[in-house]
Amino acid sequence: MHEQFDLAKLIFGRLSWEAIPYHEPILIGTFIMVALGGLVALGLLTKFKLWGYLWKEWFTSIDHKKIGIMYMVLGLVMFLRGFADALMMRAQQAFSFGDSHGFLPPHHYDQVFTAHGVIMIFFVAMPFVTGLMNYVVPLQIGARDVAFPFLNNFSFWMTTAGAILVMASLFVGEFARTGWLAFPPLSGILASPDVGVDYYIWSLQVAGVGTLLSGVNLVVTIVKMRAPGMDLMKMPVFTWTALCTNILIVMAFPILTATLAMLGLDRLFDTHFFTNELGGNAMMYVNLIWIWGHPEVYILILPVFGIYSEVVATFCNKRLFGYTSMVYATCVIMVLSYLVWLHHFFTMGSGASVNSFFGITTMIISIPTGAKIFNWLFTMYKGRIRYELPMMWTVSFMITFIIGGMTGVMLAVPSADFVLHNSLFLIAHFHNVIIGGVLFGLFAGVNYWWPKMFGFKLDRTWGVRSFWLWSIGFWFAFIPPYILGFMGVTRRMSHFDDPSIHWLFQVSLFGTLMIAAGIGCLIMQIAVSIINRKKLADVTGDPWNGRTLEWSTSSPPPDYNFAFTPVVHDNDSWADMKKNGYLRPLKDYVAIHMPKNTWAGPVIPGITFVMAFGIIWHMWLLVGVTFVAMLAVAIYHTFDYKRDYYIPADEVTRTEEERTRMLEAHV
Amino acid sequence: MSDINVTHAGAASADPSSRFYVREHHPENGTLLGFWIYLMSDCLIFACLFATYAVLGRNYAGGPSGAEIFELPTVALNTAFLLFSSITYGFAMLAAQKKNVKGTLVWLAITGVLGACFLYLELDEFAHLIHEGFGPWRSGFLTAFFSLVGTHGLHVTFGIVWLVTLMFQVGKHGINGANYRRLACLSMFWHFLDVIWIGVFTYVYLMGVLP
Amino acid sequence: MSDLHHHAHGHDDHGHGHGHGHGHHDDELHAHGSFKDYTIGFILSVILTAIPFWLVMTHQLAPDTTKFVILGFAAVQVVVHMIYFLHMNSKSEGGWNMMALILTAILLFIVLTGSIWVMYHMNANMMPNMSNDGGAMHGMHDMQ
Repeated sequence: MHEQFDLAKLIFGRLSWEAIPYHEPILIGTFIMVALGGLVALGLLTKFKLWGYLWKEWFTSIDHKKIGIMYMVLGLVMFLRGFADALMMRAQQAFSFGDSHGFLPPHHYDQVFTAHGVIMIFFVAMPFVTGLMNYVVPLQIGARDVAFPFLNNFSFWMTTAGAILVMASLFVGEFARTGWLAFPPLSGILASPDVGVDYYIWSLQVAGVGTLLSGVNLVVTIVKMRAPGMDLMKMPVFTWTALCTNILIVMAFPILTATLAMLGLDRLFDTHFFTNELGGNAMMYVNLIWIWGHPEVYILILPVFGIYSEVVATFCNKRLFGYTSMVYATCVIMVLSYLVWLHHFFTMGSGASVNSFFGITTMIISIPTGAKIFNWLFTMYKGRIRYELPMMWTVSFMITFIIGGMTGVMLAVPSADFVLHNSLFLIAHFHNVIIGGVLFGLFAGVNYWWPKMFGFKLDRTWGVRSFWLWSIGFWFAFIPPYILGFMGVTRRMSHFDDPSIHWLFQVSLFGTLMIAAGIGCLIMQIAVSIINRKKLADVTGDPWNGRTLEWSTSSPPPDYNFAFTPVVHDNDSWADMKKNGYLRPLKDYVAIHMPKNTWAGPVIPGITFVMAFGIIWHMWLLVGVTFVAMLAVAIYHTFDYKRDYYIPADEVTRTEEERTRMLEAHV
Repeated sequence: MSDINVTHAGAASADPSSRFYVREHHPENGTLLGFWIYLMSDCLIFACLFATYAVLGRNYAGGPSGAEIFELPTVALNTAFLLFSSITYGFAMLAAQKKNVKGTLVWLAITGVLGACFLYLELDEFAHLIHEGFGPWRSGFLTAFFSLVGTHGLHVTFGIVWLVTLMFQVGKHGINGANYRRLACLSMFWHFLDVIWIGVFTYVYLMGVLP
Repeated sequence: MSDLHHHAHGHDDHGHGHGHGHGHHDDELHAHGSFKDYTIGFILSVILTAIPFWLVMTHQLAPDTTKFVILGFAAVQVVVHMIYFLHMNSKSEGGWNMMALILTAILLFIVLTGSIWVMYHMNANMMPNMSNDGGAMHGMHDMQ
């Protein structure tokens, strides 16, 4: 009997039927919806026999374009989950005053705000930004793919595995209740013995591997695979920001990996990195995690600054003002981002000298960003501005982000921060810069590059509706927290007793509902555009009169991107080519060397997912087996030396002639 | 700016577009640079562990200090094993450059054995400490010690697994382009581990026994 | 974790290379040093290892002095390894290897000294009863 019990524990760890949240109506309801929706989706896929197509054309693809799109699909799906969390929080705070306690008990509310932060940063913003860089950068530098196509696919699936782990925590067990950075000792084994923090740690560790390898990939791609003639100072600005971002990724994510590993060791093996007793130091966690955390926010914003640079130049029909200073500003931001981290914990007690140093560096880092804004403004000055959606989002960004940035400089003053730290003012500030900066930039980028990716533009009407709902709704949602934070209201509270501030939360909920409508319009925009895709078709490949190389390809580009590698002579190479009477070569195509698809890309992360699940639930037999399997499969994969093939010249010819026909018919 | 002026005149009669493309283009292989960048990221993991050791390294919590548990002669022997393994890997690379499969395999095997000796001594040290009750759960100092030295040891372990795999692959396919690149990457990895070890034996062991 | 790092990297050597012949030429250029280089590096490393061990084991100098000296030897030995074993120079990979190394070294410095500085102050202000076991922060008690 005793041995049987041990075997069950070895196989199932602490997983049991109690892990399913039978008593939580919201979760049960969500599960039913997800299950039904999932069954419908799986049913349709089976009915239309799409499994083979999906596996061959998408899941195992090493094409940077397909991987980029998959990243963005992941980001969009997780965005809906993260926003649902936001809506629940706003609703709870709008209702939970005095005797009324809303609908989310603290135990649940705490998971909601933790999940909201984790998902939005790691599984929405990062994948979206990575997806755009993946799609656009090889095209902008005249390359056919990234430096390590297999790793690219592998990185995507590792990120997805992390996302699935977070989603699994909804229905099996629970999520962390510690906030998105999981500070110990709250996140230690004594205060959080349940699986929540373990879900947090392992989903981020798995996704983090993907992110780090993707960083290495893009750095090497940009360094090694630029078209002939494209010196560093002739690269498009988006590629420059991508380079700096990926350098930041390579230099920052290991810190997150190490710190979370240490937290994991504390929880699993009773070590004393961050415990209160026996020589641990919880403050060290805060220190390390923010050494990662600050570069992380620059990882999110720098690519988006690159998007704005491309958009402004294109829609003002002008070369970007101050290219050199843009590049230098980006590099300076990259380095300085490592010198400001303590401003996230001025109040933890390091004292005046340390606080002053970091306060000053924080103020200094706002200067290069200011330089960028001036460059965009000078580009717009006397330009013939076309207010297509990407440009509209850019203008909204400038207004929104600048205000958010200024509140950041307020927070940079340590003595002011002692009042404002962890108040709703802080919440308003970072949402201001992340939504106004990152999210609006992603919307601009999606509207800008969508025609390139799919061959048709996005519907403008629904896009404009989404734009106004977001731009105005944002302020209704976030001015109240600024006011409340200034008055001293703390973050992460699920209940209030002071009726005089109730109305501000209601205004904020109203703004959030406006944003929800904006998201609805975004979905409508996509749906309507797909339905009307023939009317919205982009035949030439250059719907905006673009300036960079990606616009020289068809929409969407062929697998090999460029039949002949472009040679670059100046910045804004495509604009330069058009100006100098460039004509597309029409014959003498050659065979093109391409990498093959990969089964190991999805499979190894799949095994990793199972292993992570096992670690979370202490299912040690499963962990052992999957670990060995992972190793074995990885080693087996390295014995495959034949991972490439040639696209025959006549297939290239056929593709290019098809494009020639389309272009001639359009004219 | 660009050399438009020079070529424009000559290109006036020829197709001006040909300045803007080439028929065939082979970008340089990025594997070695990529692996080097990955190693730099690995450096940062060790930086965190060293920083943690710097902060927690004297938190004995009533338990033993470095002076009480470190045996410097063993550490010196281990350092010797690793240093020798670095040079034997170097010899393996020299053989590989000359496409000498047998020589490469022999030197790789010796490197692997030396690495295994290193690991054995280290595991033995860990086992002894744990047996005496001085495991990583005993104090902040011991936590930091075991994690830093242990992570290095884990890296050595995976290096050996990789080395054995490569031996099979070189045996099977000889020293082709891909295998040479793999050997070069493992070379960087192996030497990098020795560099980290310099930090470990200096900062952890030598400084650990000093008051 | 670190095993995943390693195995993912086992894969990236499939040579996205355009033509293995071409790739081959690239690698030939990555000189892996000579027998002389490895020998010099080895001998220097042995010396730079033996002296610190000797200094510590025989208590030749005062503890604080010893710490600085052996750290200095370690730094020199790292450079020796970089040059003679890793063939680090400013030309390899068009200078990108060196730049990556310099940036990493700078960040390593920031992470280490930044953490030590910050945590010293945190400990002094927020954990005043921590027993003074000596420690890495030794000698910094006048800082505020």
